[in-house]
Amino acid sequence: MRSVYLMLPALLWASVALRAEVPSAIAIKDAHVVTVSGEDLPKATVILRDGLIQDVGANASIPPDAWVIDGAGLTVYPGFINALSTWGIPQPGPNRAVATAGNVPQQAAPATPAPNPAPRSHGPEDRPQTYSFERAADMVEPSDSRLEAVRAAGFTTSATFPNRGIVEGLGALIDLAGERGRDMVIAQPIGQQIEFRVGGGGMGRSFPSSLMGNIAYVRQLYLDLGQYKQAKETYVAHPNGNRRPEYDHDLEGLAESPRLLLPADECQQVDRILNFGRELKVPFVVYGLHEGYRRIDELKQANVPVLISLKWPERPKDADPNDIPNYRDLLMQEQAPAVPGMLAKAGVKFAFYSDGVDSAPDLKKALKKTVDAGLSRADAIRALTVNAAEIYGVGDRLGSIEKGKIANLVVTKGEAFDDKSTVEYVFVDGKEFQPSKEQQQPPQGGERRGTNPADEGDANGGVN
Amino acid sequence: MRRLIPIACAIAMLAGLSGAETILIRNATVLTVTKGTVQNGSVLVENGKIAAIGKNVSAPADATIVDATGKYLMPGIIDCHSHTAIEGGVNEGTVSDSSMVNIKDVIDPEDINIYRGLAGGLTVSNVLHGSANAVGGQTIVIKLRWGKTAREMLFEGATPGIKFALGENPKRQGYPSQNFFSQGPAPERRFPGTRMGVEEVIRESFTDAKNYQAEWKQYHDAVARGEHPIPPRKDLRLEPLVEVLEGKRYVHAHCYRSDEILMLLRVADEMGFKIRTLQHVLEGYKVAREIAEHGTGASTFSDWWAYKIEAYDATPYNAAIMTRKGVVVSLNSDSDELQRHLNLEAAKVMRYGGLSETEALAMVTINPAKQLGIDNQVGSIEVGKSGDMVLFDKHPLDYYSKVQKVWIDGHDYFDRDKDLETRPEFQKKKKALEDKLKVAEDTGTRQGKRNASNAASTPMIEENQ
Repeated sequence: MRSVYLMLPALLWASVALRAEVPSAIAIKDAHVVTVSGEDLPKATVILRDGLIQDVGANASIPPDAWVIDGAGLTVYPGFINALSTWGIPQPGPNRAVATAGNVPQQAAPATPAPNPAPRSHGPEDRPQTYSFERAADMVEPSDSRLEAVRAAGFTTSATFPNRGIVEGLGALIDLAGERGRDMVIAQPIGQQIEFRVGGGGMGRSFPSSLMGNIAYVRQLYLDLGQYKQAKETYVAHPNGNRRPEYDHDLEGLAESPRLLLPADECQQVDRILNFGRELKVPFVVYGLHEGYRRIDELKQANVPVLISLKWPERPKDADPNDIPNYRDLLMQEQAPAVPGMLAKAGVKFAFYSDGVDSAPDLKKALKKTVDAGLSRADAIRALTVNAAEIYGVGDRLGSIEKGKIANLVVTKGEAFDDKSTVEYVFVDGKEFQPSKEQQQPPQGGERRGTNPADEGDANGGVN
Repeated sequence: MRRLIPIACAIAMLAGLSGAETILIRNATVLTVTKGTVQNGSVLVENGKIAAIGKNVSAPADATIVDATGKYLMPGIIDCHSHTAIEGGVNEGTVSDSSMVNIKDVIDPEDINIYRGLAGGLTVSNVLHGSANAVGGQTIVIKLRWGKTAREMLFEGATPGIKFALGENPKRQGYPSQNFFSQGPAPERRFPGTRMGVEEVIRESFTDAKNYQAEWKQYHDAVARGEHPIPPRKDLRLEPLVEVLEGKRYVHAHCYRSDEILMLLRVADEMGFKIRTLQHVLEGYKVAREIAEHGTGASTFSDWWAYKIEAYDATPYNAAIMTRKGVVVSLNSDSDELQRHLNLEAAKVMRYGGLSETEALAMVTINPAKQLGIDNQVGSIEVGKSGDMVLFDKHPLDYYSKVQKVWIDGHDYFDRDKDLETRPEFQKKKKALEDKLKVAEDTGTRQGKRNASNAASTPMIEENQ
């Protein structure tokens, strides 16, 4: 008797797993297909097989073994890509996992242990807050409880970076579902994220604690990297009589990174970071950009891709009512959501990143806000798909609905970003998910605090 | 002054629009500082430079004429010790030698204090790293070109500097403040904890710099011989110190006590570099002869002291005494507030020490220019110098004088009338924006009960404006 009880959950799991199992092929029939790469197809069929898009077109023939989804009234987009986040790396904190159909049963997210307070750093030589060697690809787990929530907003993919220190580690482009972490990785390393950590306004415990200290440190790291490479080359060519250069873990991580992600939110930060990126002589991407409306021409001229934070500036919820708001802040609150539209007009390549906005209703609201502020729907979709893919050099695999590409799709009823639209299906690597309606609705009762951890003052430490 | 905040943006736009134009300022009392005073004088500025000064100056037809009848024109004020417009921390106070950091990297051209400084006639600031370390960060001279980018604010051709600090600040061991409320273990203390240690840090840093210099020379020599040596590591901490040794970078040293001033001058002699300026230097009057002999400048306060133990043995006669002993002396602000009325600071040396009007004005114009090595470009109203000038309604040493206009390179960067004019329009614009955002907020995320509380807070904000 006892054994039957024990078996019961196992049986349930098995059925769940079966439901989630990828059928040999799926056909979404007669849907509106937004291919992004080509023409919009008002009535076409998309066929998915083995995790790839097998065919797409008005006349695509449906294989006999395919599951058929009636696409009438549905719109198919390429899966949305979050261009910078920690999605997939389980975050410390209360386990918010909810096991629902279509999902692998989740266990408590393994809490990453709080890092020990690092010893005082006495300068760049101590390589403070440098995790350049850490790999998001080794850290991602399907157990991250945020994945289900963000799939409900149509996200299938994320450029995920470890979020620790100043030099934050090697990012990976991951799919937001999989049996194991390794299944999720699409490409890695895709870059190295830099974040300036200004603690104590320069009078903190450990170098660096000022902004100029952070900058000097990163500059020194890249000088060291140049010297390291040169020293290794010289040594390989002339080993006799030269002392061998010491192996440097931190610099190896930097050397491996194909691009650098540099932060800039306000206009003077944009100026600074464009100069800094050029000085470092590495390909770079700028992230943040809420005051980008004052530097559109400069960004265009710099020809540097940018990632826009979806955490639009707002009046702090706990603002002192006696505070006189600053005009610049007000302007930023008004103008930040208009930045993507301006960038699109200027022809600057940009993508979006979640910046701690981790629930479907919030993501949808944030995206709608920028569409309302003047970004065309088509450009918004491009930013969420092909742009992000191209910025990370995987435009040949992802970002559009084309034959042979990875089968990451989002299928909506109603157009994406519309208030009343819903996400009906999400396909990740050809695997089908049906996000629940509850996940797409803002929690009822007005008070959202506590329901959505993203509201709790950056539960993830804030990507930014 | 606080009221100046909102209009700043509007003025920034105006400043950005005005091109390099030809300006004739007519009928002013021109306080040239170096060439006496011209009554009912005119100054012509062309292409950003002063082209003519005199009683009868003719201007081309397209020149903008400024009638300055009854007003006073002086050179733009120069502050030899400022921490204005620094983003993300004035100090990198975690180490005793922070020479790897550079203020140039973190100039914030959006800092409202730039505009407020302009409103006080300030045109040039020596923006310094803080005084938390014996050998501090690299420093930069800026022109207060409000509305421009950080790079556009840099004073072209001005020799960059480095901040040193002696005494209490650098020996506080990294400010390991532990008090009743502190949590966790006490932070590791930083060397040094004594004045002897401060001296040692400077000596050690320059010893390192010399070794570093030698290491690179050795490398270049080896390359020249056709060998294939591995290049040394480029060290951002030591690079600026090598520049100091080579005379390409000025040392601005924060100091108070006379014994330490002498210590520093001796260490500099020993290591083979110059101290360009002593900053604060409240006991400079005790060792003025030695300072003058070293060709070192002194940048002090007019009458501010006793804010810490090492700053007690001070006198408002300090500037005058050092001047009489042959030291080039300037008066600095070290403060976003004080930089707005350096003309009045200068006036105090007439009261304390009996310096002349011109000597007083020199304290905030040509003298700091000399100390920063930019006196060939700014610091006085002379033909060929930059069109950096301030128009006062009364004599600038008069307590009731107000700045009317400020030009930098012949560009109009502050205009009191325009400022006052644009305020109502600006307030209207701001109010409209606030209301718009409030509506968006109320109809957006917050519904039901929250609406009420938001609405209640609205009038309060408005009233406080």
